Amino acid sequence: MKNLKVTTGILAMAFLTLTAMSCKDAKKEHNYDEGHNTEMNHDNSDGHHDSDKKEMAMNSNQDGNAEMILKDYFNLKDALVSDDEAKAKEFGAVMKKSLEILAISKYTEEQQTELKEIIEDAVEHAEHISESPIAHQREHFKILSKDVTDLVVITGTANTLYEQFCPMYDKGSAWLSKSEEVRNPYYGSRMLKCGKVQKEIN
Amino acid sequence: MKIVKKIVLVLLVAFVGIQFIPTERNQSDIVPVTDFMLVNKVPNNIKSKLQVSCYDCHSNNTNYPWYNKIQPVAWFLEDHIKQGKAELNFSAWDSLSNRRKSSKIRSIIKQIESNEMPLSSYTKIHSDAKFSENDRNEIIVWIDSLIK
Repeated sequence: MKNLKVTTGILAMAFLTLTAMSCKDAKKEHNYDEGHNTEMNHDNSDGHHDSDKKEMAMNSNQDGNAEMILKDYFNLKDALVSDDEAKAKEFGAVMKKSLEILAISKYTEEQQTELKEIIEDAVEHAEHISESPIAHQREHFKILSKDVTDLVVITGTANTLYEQFCPMYDKGSAWLSKSEEVRNPYYGSRMLKCGKVQKEIN
Repeated sequence: MKIVKKIVLVLLVAFVGIQFIPTERNQSDIVPVTDFMLVNKVPNNIKSKLQVSCYDCHSNNTNYPWYNKIQPVAWFLEDHIKQGKAELNFSAWDSLSNRRKSSKIRSIIKQIESNEMPLSSYTKIHSDAKFSENDRNEIIVWIDSLIK
């Protein structure tokens, strides 16, 4: 009789645990989906852009946000140059945020379309960089560099930038730098000075 | 001994119990107009390879094996499919901008080249999904031609 009670008790507990677990799982899923949707709406909502405008006005710097993206990009590049995976992760995440809040309303319609595409792509690469080992970070950095280069063509920048090129990494890869001196983000210390200045921007 | 019996019993009940928890099925009869195969001229041999090796996790239609209807395997797969589709969904290919398409293609090439895709946990069960050296080269060369 006592045995039966114990068994029933254990069974009841097992069921409760399972039910609780399944509820939790379902809830988590729900939240994930919701979060995703909110994020998407966020990107397109006018309200969001308005708040960006306010932020811009406060900065009183017309290109503030694009410069912020560049700043994060260079921090990320420097982290890769010094083979620092953890730092690159950090700056990948920071850059993703800067990309997401870029105010594009002042550009022409055509430019806005292109900027949206660039940002959509760049955000994905920045996100990958924020959660990948260094070899992957470098792969994504290559495409991110192309995105940022195209972005600068539209937004412009206050500083002179140098497009540098390493013929060895992945059949040839470019990146941007603030200084003329080559420091290779694709190889880091393994081949720090591999590459050359390909183009001067500004 | 009694304890062992009880534990076995509990596990058994738990196993039966979790079978009743529903999972989301990734299945669809409709091939959307945005599907990779519809917007690109894919050679037949490559088409079938992509279908077998990629489409289970990277499209709106998974070809479910029988054991996937059993928990907890179903959960494991559901999660993989969700993640896979978030990264790349061949069914929604044409909804991507050209920039993103070429970006995705670069990532596809990298993943196949480095043997990271198809996942080894997947090819262990689906041996037909494994790429030979030849398959790999063929797919990479062809898919690379899309962005050139």
